[in-house]
Amino acid sequence: MLIDERLEIETPEGTLLTLSLAGPVPRAMAYGIDLLIRLVIFALIAFLVGAFGNVGTGVILISLFLLEWFYPTLFEAFRNGQTPGKKFMGIAVVHSNGTPLSFNGSLIRNLLRTADAFPLFYLLGFVTTLISPRFQRLGDMAANSVVIHVENTATAVKADQGTTTPPDWPLGRDDQLALLAFQERHSQFSEPRQQELAQLAYPELSPPLALQRLRSVTRYLLEGAK
Amino acid sequence: MKQIQFEQRYRPVWESLEDQLKQLEAIRVTRRKALPLDHFVTDYRQLCHQLALARERGYSLELQQYLNNLVLRAHRQLYRYNPPLGDRIGEFLARGFPQAVRRQWRWHMISALSFVLSIALVWILVHQQPDMVYTVLDENSLTDIEMMYQPGEDGGGDIHEGRGGDDDVMMFGFYIKNNIGIAFRTFAGGLLLGVGAIIVMLFNGSFFGAVAAHLINVGGDQPFFTFVIAHGAPELTAIVLAGGAGLRLGWAIIAPGPYTRLNALRLAAKDSLPTMYGVFALLLLAAFIEAFWSPRDFEPVIKYSVGAACWGLLYLYLLFGGRHGTGKG
Repeated sequence: MLIDERLEIETPEGTLLTLSLAGPVPRAMAYGIDLLIRLVIFALIAFLVGAFGNVGTGVILISLFLLEWFYPTLFEAFRNGQTPGKKFMGIAVVHSNGTPLSFNGSLIRNLLRTADAFPLFYLLGFVTTLISPRFQRLGDMAANSVVIHVENTATAVKADQGTTTPPDWPLGRDDQLALLAFQERHSQFSEPRQQELAQLAYPELSPPLALQRLRSVTRYLLEGAK
Repeated sequence: MKQIQFEQRYRPVWESLEDQLKQLEAIRVTRRKALPLDHFVTDYRQLCHQLALARERGYSLELQQYLNNLVLRAHRQLYRYNPPLGDRIGEFLARGFPQAVRRQWRWHMISALSFVLSIALVWILVHQQPDMVYTVLDENSLTDIEMMYQPGEDGGGDIHEGRGGDDDVMMFGFYIKNNIGIAFRTFAGGLLLGVGAIIVMLFNGSFFGAVAAHLINVGGDQPFFTFVIAHGAPELTAIVLAGGAGLRLGWAIIAPGPYTRLNALRLAAKDSLPTMYGVFALLLLAAFIEAFWSPRDFEPVIKYSVGAACWGLLYLYLLFGGRHGTGKG
C-alpha cells in the first residue's frame, strides 16, 4: 500500500497523517507560472512609473529586487505555503512535520535558491530533489521543508439503487479496499473493461453477470444488508 | 458501521470544520461573517479519530484521502506559528543581531581576512605596477571609473554636478537591487562547500583594491574616498558578514561534527539566519547613505569625520550590543 512518494507523520493527536510529496515537474510548472506572474507585475509597474524619469527607474529597480527575493517568501509565509503558481498546481510548502511554513523557514529556502539554481536552470536543485528521499532541494533541506500536494477531493460515495449481496468469500481489508476503489473509479473505464475486471473476481460467471454481482457485493460493503 | 452510515453521521461535522478552515485560511474576515471557532479543536480531535477509524475499517480510499486532507488542513491551522512582529524586530536589533554576529565570529573573521587580504594584495600590486590594474579591470570600466572620480576644473569631484533628487532615488533603487542581491547570493554561494562565498569575497576585494589604488595613481583619491567612506562601513561589513554566514553553511556540509550532514545544515541555516536579517538591514542603511549622503558636496573634513563616526558606531554596536541582554537572538 505504501508508495515511496508518501511521507507519514504522526500528529500530536496520535493520528498518522499522510503527505504526498510533489516531484520536480509540478514544482517546475508552478515556478514557471510564478515567473510569468512576476513578469506581468513587473511590466505593469514599469508601464505605470516609467514616465517619471529617474525616480521611476529607482522604483522599478526596487520592485525588481522585491519580486526576485520576496515574492516567494511573502506568499509562502502568509498564504499557507502557496505562491499563486503553487496554488494553481495544487501544491504547498510545509515543514516536514506537516506544520505550516514559518517566515524564517520560507526565507531560508528562498535565500538559498541561488545555490539550487547553480550552475544553470536549477540543475543542482533538480539533482538533489531526485537524490533526496523527500524530494527536497538544498534550500528545503536547510529549512526543513517539503513540498506536498494539497488537492481537495470532496467526496460522498453515491449509493446507487440495487440489490446487496454478502461476499461469498472471507473478505480481507485489502479486498475491501480494492472493491471500494473499483466502485469509485468505475466511471473511468468502459463497460467491457469493467466487465473484464469483474471477471477477475468471478471467473465462473459471464462478464455482464460478474459485473452485476461485483456491484451488488460492493453495495453490501457500503450499506449493509437490506 | 457501514461506510454510508458513517458518512451520513459525521458529514455535518466535516462540513462545519471545512467552513471554519476556510475562515482560518482567509487573509481577512469581515466580523459579520465570522463564525465562532470554539469547537475547532474538539472537532479536529474528533476528525483525527474518524480518520483512524476509516483506515482501520477499510473504508474507501477516496474517503480516507478526503479525511486525510481535512486533517492536514486543520493541523496546519492549529499549529500555526504567528508571533507579533514589532516586538521581535526591536529585540532583534537591540540584541539578537550583534549576538548572532559574535556567536559566529570565526566565520566572519575568515570572510573578513579573505576580503581584506585580497584588497591589500591588489592594492600593493597596482600601486607598485600601475599597469597591473588591467588584469583586474578592462579599459572601458576603468574609463568610467576615472570619469566618475577625476578631479574637475574647480578641484572638486564632478560626480555630483547636475545631480538632483530624482537621481538619488534611482541610485537608491540600484544599490538596493544590486548590493542586497549580491549579499544574498554570497550567502547561498557558501552552501557550495563555502567556495561560492570565498570567491565573492576575493573578487570584490580585488576589485575594490584595484579601483582604490588606481585612483590614487591617477590622483582621484579624494573624491573617491570622501564618497565611499560613510556608506562603506555598513556596506563592506554587510558583505563580509554575508560571506561569513555562507561559510558557516558550507562548513556544516564539509565537517558536520556530531550531527548528520542534513541536521548540521539545518542548524547552520537556523544559526546564520539572524545574521542575514542584519545584513539586509545594514545594506538598506548603506543604500540610503550612499544615495542621499555620499554624493553631497561637503568639505573633506566633514565627510571623513562622518565616515569615521559610521565605522566607529557600527563596530561598537556589533562588538558590544546586547552584551548584557538575556535575549538569545
